[in-house]
Amino acid sequence: MTEGSLAALVALGAFHGLNPGMGWLFAVARGLQERSRALLLQSLPAIAAGHAASVGAVAVLVSLTRSVTTTRVVAIVGGAVLVGFGLWRLLSQRHFRWVGMRLSLWQLACWSFLMSSVHGAGLMLLPVLTGMPAPGGHDHGLHGGGALSAGIFVTGVHTLAMFAVAGAVAVAVYEFLGLTVLRRAWLNLDQIWALALVAAGTATLLTA
Amino acid sequence: MALWKPDPTFYASPREAVKAPPETLAYVAAFDRAAAKPDAIAVLDVDPASDSYGSVVGWTELPNLGDELHHFGWNACSSALCPYAPHPHVERRYLIVPGLRSSRVYILDTKDDPKKPGIVKTVEPEELAARAGYSRPHTVHCGPEGLYLTNLGGADGADGPGGIALLDHTSFEVLGRWEVDRGPQHLAYDAWWHIAHDVLITSEWGTPSMVEDGVVGELLLGRKYGHALHFWDLRKRTHVQTVDLGDEHQMVLELRPAHDPTKLYGFAGVVVSVEDLSASVWLWHRDGDRWAARKVITIPAEPADADDLPPVIKPFGAVPPLVTDIDLSVDDKWLYVSCWGTGELKRYDVSDPFHPVEAGSVRIGGIVRRTPHPAAPDLPLAGGPQMVEVSRDGRRVYVTNSLYGAWDDQFYPDGVGAWMAKLDSTSDGFAFDERFFPHGDDFRGLRPHQTRLQGGDASSDSYCYP
Repeated sequence: MTEGSLAALVALGAFHGLNPGMGWLFAVARGLQERSRALLLQSLPAIAAGHAASVGAVAVLVSLTRSVTTTRVVAIVGGAVLVGFGLWRLLSQRHFRWVGMRLSLWQLACWSFLMSSVHGAGLMLLPVLTGMPAPGGHDHGLHGGGALSAGIFVTGVHTLAMFAVAGAVAVAVYEFLGLTVLRRAWLNLDQIWALALVAAGTATLLTA
Repeated sequence: MALWKPDPTFYASPREAVKAPPETLAYVAAFDRAAAKPDAIAVLDVDPASDSYGSVVGWTELPNLGDELHHFGWNACSSALCPYAPHPHVERRYLIVPGLRSSRVYILDTKDDPKKPGIVKTVEPEELAARAGYSRPHTVHCGPEGLYLTNLGGADGADGPGGIALLDHTSFEVLGRWEVDRGPQHLAYDAWWHIAHDVLITSEWGTPSMVEDGVVGELLLGRKYGHALHFWDLRKRTHVQTVDLGDEHQMVLELRPAHDPTKLYGFAGVVVSVEDLSASVWLWHRDGDRWAARKVITIPAEPADADDLPPVIKPFGAVPPLVTDIDLSVDDKWLYVSCWGTGELKRYDVSDPFHPVEAGSVRIGGIVRRTPHPAAPDLPLAGGPQMVEVSRDGRRVYVTNSLYGAWDDQFYPDGVGAWMAKLDSTSDGFAFDERFFPHGDDFRGLRPHQTRLQGGDASSDSYCYP
C-alpha cells in the first residue's frame, strides 16, 4: 500500500463520514430525541459497523477476485460498473427510502449497511483497491489470505476515518452548532457523491 | 431538479420553523357546488405591504367539472430532513390537490409563477382505484417515503373501507394501499403522525354514502358515524389500538399532533355529541404502554328559536357548535377551534395540553347569529369559521367559511356564501384584521375551503428534531 492510496482511503472515509445521510445526522437526532449525548455516542459505532460491513464486502470481493484473475480485468469491469452506477445516481431522482426512527442499535447498523450499500460507498474505493500491489504476489507471499487481509485492512482504515469524522461532526452539531447549520451547510452531497463515483470509475479505467 | 442547498422552507425543528419569514401568498381551494363551472385554486395576496393585499391575485381553473376541491398539501416539507432517509434538496413546489367528489388528484406546480400554478399531472380515479383500492381522496401529508393520501371510500363501487394510499413523491404515481393490517377501522377521515416515534393516528367520519348527500339524520341519531381514534405502527403499517371516544361523540375529524417530536400527545376535534349537541376536543396521550384519550374541551350548544333553524336541526331548538376544524400552532401553545354552526372561532392556550384555557374568541357568521365581519358591518354572513390555518410564526390565522357542499346546503339552506378572514394572534390579543376580507364575488361564485400558505403552515410540516 502506497502513501498515496492510504491518503485516498482516509480522504474517502472522511468524505463518507461528512455526509449527513451516512449516519451522523441520525446519531444526532437520536441524541436530541432523548436529550442524551450517551445515546448519540452509542449510535456512532453501530453506524460505523454497518458502513464497514458494506465497504468490506466490496473490498474483500475485489481483493479475492484479483487473486484469481488479472488486476486489469477487475479494473476494467469494476470501473465500467462504477461509471454506470455513478451516472445512474446522478440522473435518478430516487432516493433512499426508509421509515422509522425508533431503531435498536442492531437495526441502526443494518440501516447504515443498507444506506452505504445503495449509495455505493464500497464501490468508490475501487481505484484504491485496484491500485494496490496484487495480493498473493512475491512481496508478501500470503496468497488468498493476503487478499482477505488486504480487504480488511482497507475497510479498517477507511471506516476509522469515516467514524472519526462522523463522530466529530455529530458531537459538534449536538453540542455547539445546532441544527440551524443544516440549512446553510448541507450541500447536495448526493450530487457530489455521484460525480465522485463517476470520477473513481474513470480513474480506475484510465489506470487499468 | 435537485437543489444544491436544502429547500429554504424546510426546518429541522419546530423551534426553527417559528422563525420562518411571513408568507406572502396563500392558496385556497374553491369549488362550485353546482358543478357547472370548474373548481379552482385561488391565490391570495397576504403580504400586508402589497397594494393588492387581501385580494385574489391568481386563479387556476381545473379542466373538469364537479371535482369538489377540499383539502390539499405540498409535495415535500420539513420531513425531508428526517435523518433516516434525508432528501433535503427536493423542492417544495407542487400542490397535491384531490377532488373529494371526483376522486381525481391534480398536481399543480407553483414554481414558475407562484400566482398562477399550472397543472402538471392528473391522477385519474381509475389509477387510485386500481392501485390502492380507494376513492374520495381527502388529506395529503408529505412523509419521508412518499405522500400519504387519506381516502373516505373504497373502489369499484365499494363504499368502504377508506384508508391511506401512498403516492411516489417525485412521479406522483399511486404506489398502493398503505395499510398492511387495517384492523377494525372502516370509516376514514384524517391521518397524521408522531413521526419521530413511528406512530400514525387516524380518525373517522363516514363512507361516501354517509356523507356525499348531506348528513343523514337516522345515521347520526343511530350513532353510526365515526367515534374512534386509531393508532398505527408507522413502520410496519399495522393497526395497533383503537380508542373509542364513546358512540355519542359523532364524527372525529381533524388530528393535530404536537409538533415537538419528543412529545406524544395531540388533539382531535369531535363535531357533535348526540346527547346534548355539544362539540368537543379530545387529547390523546400515552397512558403507560397504551394510548388513551380524554375530553379536554366541551363547547355547549346555543339555545335558539326553532323558526331560526334550518330543517336539519329544527327539532332540537338549539344550534350545535359543530367543531369542524381545529389547528395547533407550530410552537404547540395555541389551539384554534372552529365552531361552524354557532359562528365562533375560539382560541385556547394549550401549554398544558390536559388543561386548555380559553384565551380569546371571535364571532363571525353562524346559523342564527349571522355576525358580520368588522370590515363590512352591514353585511350579515352565512357559513362560519371552518378551515383554519395558522402561519408558521403563529401570528396570523386564516379561516374560510365552507364545510362541504351538501352539508353547507343543509345547515345554511339560504346560501353559505363565500368569505375568508384573517386574524392577528399574539399573547395580548386575538382580533380580525380589518384589511383582509375577500368575500362574495371575489371567489367568482365558488366556495372556499382549505388554505395552504406559501412555504408551509402549521398543518403542513412535521419535524424529526426537537
